[in-house]
Amino acid sequence: MSTIKKTAAELAELFASGEASAEEIAREHLGRIRAVDGDVKAFLHVDEDNVLAQAQAVDARRAAGERLGPLAGVPIAHKDVFTTKDMPTTCSSKILEGWQPPYDATITARLREAGLVILGKTNMDEFAMGSSTENSAFGPTHNPWDLTKIPGGSSGGSSAAVASYQAPLATGTDTGGSIRQPAAVTGLVGMKPTYGGSSRYGVVAFASSLDTPGPMARTVLDAALLHEAFSGHDPMDSTSIDRPVPPVVEAARRADVEGLRIGVVKEFGGDGYQPGVLARFREAVELLESLGAKVVEVSCPHFGHALPAYYLIAPSECSSNLARFDAMRYGLRVGDDGTRSAEEVMALTRAEGFGPEVKRRIMLGTYALSSGYYDAYYGKAQQVRTLIARDFDAAFEQVDVLVSPTTPTTAFPIGERADDPMAMYLADLCTIPSNLAGNAAISVPCGLADEDRLPVGLQVMAPVLADDRTYRVAAAVERALQDRWGGPLLAQAPDLTEAVK
Amino acid sequence: MPDEHAATGSAEERASGGAITRDEVAHLARLSRLALREDELDHLAGQLGDIISAVARVQEVAAQDIPPTSHALPLTNVFRTDEVRPGLTPEQALAAAPAAEQQRFKVPRILDEEA
Repeated sequence: MSTIKKTAAELAELFASGEASAEEIAREHLGRIRAVDGDVKAFLHVDEDNVLAQAQAVDARRAAGERLGPLAGVPIAHKDVFTTKDMPTTCSSKILEGWQPPYDATITARLREAGLVILGKTNMDEFAMGSSTENSAFGPTHNPWDLTKIPGGSSGGSSAAVASYQAPLATGTDTGGSIRQPAAVTGLVGMKPTYGGSSRYGVVAFASSLDTPGPMARTVLDAALLHEAFSGHDPMDSTSIDRPVPPVVEAARRADVEGLRIGVVKEFGGDGYQPGVLARFREAVELLESLGAKVVEVSCPHFGHALPAYYLIAPSECSSNLARFDAMRYGLRVGDDGTRSAEEVMALTRAEGFGPEVKRRIMLGTYALSSGYYDAYYGKAQQVRTLIARDFDAAFEQVDVLVSPTTPTTAFPIGERADDPMAMYLADLCTIPSNLAGNAAISVPCGLADEDRLPVGLQVMAPVLADDRTYRVAAAVERALQDRWGGPLLAQAPDLTEAVK
Repeated sequence: MPDEHAATGSAEERASGGAITRDEVAHLARLSRLALREDELDHLAGQLGDIISAVARVQEVAAQDIPPTSHALPLTNVFRTDEVRPGLTPEQALAAAPAAEQQRFKVPRILDEEA
């Protein structure tokens, strides 16, 4: 019996019933990693002995009669932005190469406590800055649907690992779309919770007012189970919301949209959108209507300014956050020859340790925060942020959720936008507003574009703390489309050549 | 003493979306503590100019009376009880240090020769 194509919910059931041990499940997933990750390159770090030791410990806990969480025994791929005390944490940056953190992120600790088995750390755009995983200092990850295409980013190692059946679940972080966009372009479910709904403690900071950890999975229910497993108030994160986790698993099981009011964002469509993306999106909207939802068009007039506001706010926060990489206490140190000053060593180290996109963003943020430019750039961007939040507030007075395509295009070729930052930034056009306003948003597969037979994502946005509503809609779409397709969208992905068997 | 954190050049010219000068990029690199090579500065000058021109669009819509938002959700200060909790040992804290000596981080000189 192979377990690699099973959902997390199915694996958890096999473990709970005693039909499979955590070790058996882990061994099969390690075998899959060995077979396909030479081509996909989703993982930066896999230590098989460590994985098997974790799995054996979970089996021992079950044998001892411990009550374990609903995902106990299930393997997970963990984005390399979360600290792990038993694995390196690099954020795909040379400046942190080989860094072994002395503590676990809250989310890491909660995965362990719930009995999940962490298979390894996944590749990403350096410090989560990018939409293709090409900004990794350790080489790009490849999209399992077409190895010449990007897997999205910044959580592209996580998306590729789950889409190629190396893991049923993965963690991601979403600052401007870094969970939803990679999920969309690899045919997965990816969810950005309400800001503050998931802990940032131990998540290496990029833009602190935007960074949001969230789940990635092959089904809506699996994403909801993971969401519930690692969410909830964390005293170690002062922006963590001290309220009950929204009932996301119940919503994913409910999967109905009868009577729900759904708004189509008027501003997201037209020029710059791939025809195949728009066609699948329109079909998804018609499907929702046929399932009993009331669909109306809603205007969010300032969403067109979300992208420029984001590319001032996120770099500004990044320039401040990444000042910690100063070559003094941890990480890389370059040029310390006994004659150079600390400042010189710092500047040499940062020039050597950071890649081009990180440098661009640090300098852009430094510019936007400079006296003389602050009001014209950072200040104005913060005002636009208010306007975006007001657009959402007005929209959610008329409708329960908003929908749009997750991304304007399907996965693009590796290399195509690598040195064209403005083209790369457009990948996050539709996802950024929810980061600026902090509300919940999910991406769920809605088919393949006719032009290239690559996955298209439907984005569902809900108000702050109404995370369950996004799962309800996504699960209804998933169920109806799987009935139409006769199975999950990923079943249509080409088989990866298993080099070693 | 000049403000080190001020950008160079005319604010009006830049705020209207003009391309950033190479000198300005070199100044930003110094402020950012990035010892960039000449070719990196050349390449970045063009790219940063394009990005700054594009993001300057925020100036089109934000009128004076709109309050700024720094954070998606309202923030309130968070207190916790002041009690002793386990922390890192000195060995753990220094384990990843590029250099350490006598239970301390060892760093390059922090004062200039002439200081």
